[in-house]
Amino acid sequence: MSNSNGNLLEVRDLRTYFELEEGTVKAVDGISFQLQRGETLGIVGESGSGKSVTNLSIIRLIPSPPGKIVSGEIIFDGRDILLLSEAEVRKIRGRRIAMIFQDPMTSLNPFMKISKQLMEMTQLHLGYDSSRAYEHAIEMLETVGIPDARSRADNYPHEFSGGMRQRVMIAMALSCEPELLIADEPTTALDVTIQAQILELIKEIKQQTGTSVILITHDLGVVAGMTDHLIVMYAGKVFEQAPTRELFAVPANPYTKGLLRSVPDPLVEQGALYQIPGLPPDVAHLPPGCPFAPRCERAEQICREEYPPFVEVTADHHSLCHFAREVYESSLDERKVNYK
Amino acid sequence: MPVPLINMNDDGPVDHPETEPKGPALTPLGTLPTRPVSPQDPDIIHVPPEAAIAEADVRSAERGEGIKGTSLWEDAWRRLLRNKLAVFGLVVVAIVTVAALIGPPMIQQATGYSPDYIPTNNVKLIKSFPPFTGPNGSFSWTHPMGTDNAGRDMLARVLQGGRISLFVGIISTLVSLLIGVSYGAISGYLGGRLDNVMMRFVDILYSLPYVIVVIVLLSMFRRQTPEGQLILLFIALGSVSWLTLARIVRGQVLSLKNQEFVLAARATGVSTPRIIFRHIVPNTLGPVIVYATLTIPQIMLTEAFLSFLGFGVQAPKSSWGSLAADGIQNIAIFPWQLIFPGVTMALTLFSLNFLGDGLRDALDPQMRKV
Repeated sequence: MSNSNGNLLEVRDLRTYFELEEGTVKAVDGISFQLQRGETLGIVGESGSGKSVTNLSIIRLIPSPPGKIVSGEIIFDGRDILLLSEAEVRKIRGRRIAMIFQDPMTSLNPFMKISKQLMEMTQLHLGYDSSRAYEHAIEMLETVGIPDARSRADNYPHEFSGGMRQRVMIAMALSCEPELLIADEPTTALDVTIQAQILELIKEIKQQTGTSVILITHDLGVVAGMTDHLIVMYAGKVFEQAPTRELFAVPANPYTKGLLRSVPDPLVEQGALYQIPGLPPDVAHLPPGCPFAPRCERAEQICREEYPPFVEVTADHHSLCHFAREVYESSLDERKVNYK
Repeated sequence: MPVPLINMNDDGPVDHPETEPKGPALTPLGTLPTRPVSPQDPDIIHVPPEAAIAEADVRSAERGEGIKGTSLWEDAWRRLLRNKLAVFGLVVVAIVTVAALIGPPMIQQATGYSPDYIPTNNVKLIKSFPPFTGPNGSFSWTHPMGTDNAGRDMLARVLQGGRISLFVGIISTLVSLLIGVSYGAISGYLGGRLDNVMMRFVDILYSLPYVIVVIVLLSMFRRQTPEGQLILLFIALGSVSWLTLARIVRGQVLSLKNQEFVLAARATGVSTPRIIFRHIVPNTLGPVIVYATLTIPQIMLTEAFLSFLGFGVQAPKSSWGSLAADGIQNIAIFPWQLIFPGVTMALTLFSLNFLGDGLRDALDPQMRKV
């Protein structure tokens, strides 16, 4: 895992701040992670935890001003994206790193035919002429499962349903065979059955093309079946980082435990659904201690006063908590109880 | 027990037997595996027939079958045709335009009078005849609108004047479109300090009395040829009438640039100029078209005003404004010299305004009820 040669993307100590009138909002504050070729990374967190800002930072699309990448390195295939010129970044965007956005209803240009929007990608990055780009566009639409792609290609986005539009978005993102696909809550705006189809599609495409994927979501159910690694974010910081199976099995952070407890379990009949008390903090005014301390059931005096360390629980499992090891042990114990 | 599952695949086997895939190999990527449905299967929720029909509709819509999508323009066109005043405006504008284009040569063919033909064999003292009157005072079809002071055919001159008036209106509007849309889009998209500076500049221009600016421009760069004068008029009128357009476009761009499709376009590596002019500007077309249609009569009116004052179109070329200026000198004796160009101009401007209002209603249905 520590072999840096296999890493497609390595983010080191990324800090993205927003200078607002109320003060500096540290939307992303010291995030580090690695992604290997062909791997899928999940980023989970509540709204405003910095998931999307992290990924917009990777392709340098932070609205500036007020946003600014204050420090850090984003090493993509051996080169630091933050040091590239704007023109060089543009060649990476869409060509080598592609993005799928949350709301397919608004992320297609309503005034452009579907085919034109798909053609733009290959004409721009691969230098296709228009007839070749058109054929490629139809091919892509067929790949993502648009029935009758040839006759639908010249439709406008409003003539497509939400699920179909998200398929078009995926087709667009995959047009240039990117090495990294960033999916920013790709299923949030879709209904449940379509969600399953879209996730299945992303999974199959990943298997076929070997693309690395970063999947951002606030839905734990989505990441469970799809990702190799998982990052849990809270208030712009990584709270826990582990292989997906391990994180689900033995969480070492009270916040992760809270998240997992909030997922309804159809097998257990229970009354009210569990929810983590309180609201996500205002990132502009964070307390000196652990940002989660006011909502944490396990918090002690030290949590409110001292910023917690990033503890290495096992070789590949890190947790930002004063009591990471204790939480880990108790998770192990609970697991044993459950299996008896 | 698996969770109950409604089959909502794109290739549901129920409604399109002819296109039904023959095996799982043809199922598009990402669709859920279809399970065989049998009435005994307790997990299948049985859908009432009405819901099934609705669902079939949705499916056929997703396949693009049966329903022919109406584009925005078809929709707008239908709404425009329902508006009687707008249709009236459209018809009048079309008639005036066609008449202005083909009228003068036709008259020349029929009667031998070109717009600037002054009959030389006419020895009478008064050369201006009333409508439908020949040189000898009897009824005649030769001059349905009479003749002017020099004996030139009024109908031919009104049509010729219409040609130039419409031409000035349209070309100057295009000039103002070009400046206004680019200026507003760049200002709005780039934002920040540049936006501030650009918009304050517009404010400064707003505070100048634009008719005086045009008059100063026209008299400073006065050309010797009538064609040169006309080109100068286009530039002068176009360069003062783009201000509102720039503001409208800027406002539109401000709301559009934060939409996700712009972010998506940026995320695919599209360059900024391309985003502005290929992705954002087409989305502002509705209001721009409406405003442009309303700018045409406004500019025509200004042109008439300038020509009336003698700064615009010069004889022997004519525009409605210069014809009216000629006519007003003889209003007591030869009223037809003023009435015909005046009425034609008023009718055309009315119609253009009706058409513009109709277009606004048609392209922006939300505004209509306000």
